Parts: sequence; C-alpha cells; structure tokens
Amino acid sequence: MEQKTKIIAEEGKQELTITREFDLPLKLLFKAHQEPELLEQWMGTKVLKLESKKHGSYAFETTHNGNVVFRANGTIHEFIPEQKIIRTFEMENTKIGVQLEFLEFEKITDSTSRLTMQVIYRSVEHRAIQLKMPFEYGINMAHNKLQEILSSLK
Amino acid sequence: MKLRRDVFQAIADPTRRTIISLIALQALTPTAIAENFDYSRQTISKHIQILTECEILEQEQKGREIYYQLNPKGMREIAEFIEPFRKMWDDRFNKLETVMKKHQSKK
Repeated sequence: MEQKTKIIAEEGKQELTITREFDLPLKLLFKAHQEPELLEQWMGTKVLKLESKKHGSYAFETTHNGNVVFRANGTIHEFIPEQKIIRTFEMENTKIGVQLEFLEFEKITDSTSRLTMQVIYRSVEHRAIQLKMPFEYGINMAHNKLQEILSSLK
Repeated sequence: MKLRRDVFQAIADPTRRTIISLIALQALTPTAIAENFDYSRQTISKHIQILTECEILEQEQKGREIYYQLNPKGMREIAEFIEPFRKMWDDRFNKLETVMKKHQSKK
C-alpha cells in the first residue's frame, strides 16, 4: 500500500516537509485547520484558543487524569483561506523550541486536495529531538502498559 | 555490497515494536519472548531474526541459553528514524479525513 503521508527529512538539514493528499475537497481540508471544534477532533487536543487570522494566536492543551500532558502555542503570521497558513508552533516544556511552519493547501480535483507542510527548526539538533519524540513515547507507553500489567499481578 | 534489511520496515511492524519494548526491560530468551504472543514460535523467531539483522537486537550466550538484548548502536540509529513521527501525522490526517467526511454529510 502506498503511504498517504510522506515525510522528507534530508540528512543534515534543519527542516522537514510533510505532504499528504486528502480524499476531501480543498474547502473542507482548509476548514479542518480553521475551526477550533473541528481541529480539536482530529488533533486529539483541546483548543484553548484559535484566532484564524493574520497576527492571531492559538493555544492547545491536552490533559490526562487531570494532569496537563501536552501544551502548545503559536502565532499566525499569514492566513489566506484555502491557500496558505504561516505560523509558529512551540510545544511547551520540551527542548525542541519554537518552529516555523508553512502550510500550503492545493486543490487536486473537485474532491481531492493536497497539504504541504514545511517545518523549520532552530537547528539540526532541534529537529532530531522532534523526530525522536514519538518513537520514545511509543516505547514509554509500552513500558507503562507492562508495568501496569506486572503490578496488577503482584 | 551486502544487502541490509530496511530498519524502517523493522520498526513499522507492531509485533516487532512490542518485542523491542519487552527487551528494553530485560534480556530475554526466545522462549520468554514468544510467551508474550499468541503467534507460533516460528513467527516470533522470524521477527527476532529481522530485528537482529537490523542490529536492533543482539545475542548473548548465558550458560546453555541464548538471550536477546537491545543493541545500543542500533537503538541509537533507530531513534533518528522518522517512521513513528510519520505514523503520528498519518494517524492525525486519517482522523482529519474521517472528521471532515462526517462534517460534510451532516450538511
């Protein structure tokens, strides 16, 4: 099966590109990025604030059992409906720091569309921290699951 | 040039990821690894073989038993790999597609 989401992360560069073709009209793809209640559903995080306009800002927060497990925020630099969003993104309490994101939305056909996200980090090392994170998270989740099972056996 | 297995392929498989996380806790014999799964011993052996070829796991002989442990070199290499990151975005975007299709049909 061909992979729908592609990541280009060239060796030694401080940026990466994420591309994805959607089985959705351009209008709906953009709307999913514009409206807080829709973004919330697919990002899997609570949207505390999302001002979808030039010079607007946003904040996301995810809690688990009453503890904040994820917080992110950023500022929107450019907002052109159904074309482009330029924004900063910063995951709080991580060493990744702030990143600059260029999101480009394109129509392929009346019912399909493409998103290209260029993400620029402060350095190659900052990009590496980001790339490692989901992997380490996966391993940690497996560990936690095991610990839970093991402690329930005691 | 010797053909080396694709590490991407190695960690893309959920069973192999589970094996990695089991072994991350402690070195295990092939039998002990297989006990965690419902699959046949042969299937698990095949997964272990792939992980060893990719230098994610390494063998250690302890008495009469062979134990598998993580190969720190392979693990360091793997951490750089982008597959889990790609998977995270892929899951998100699949969700986006589902959410928006539902949203569209509501109108």
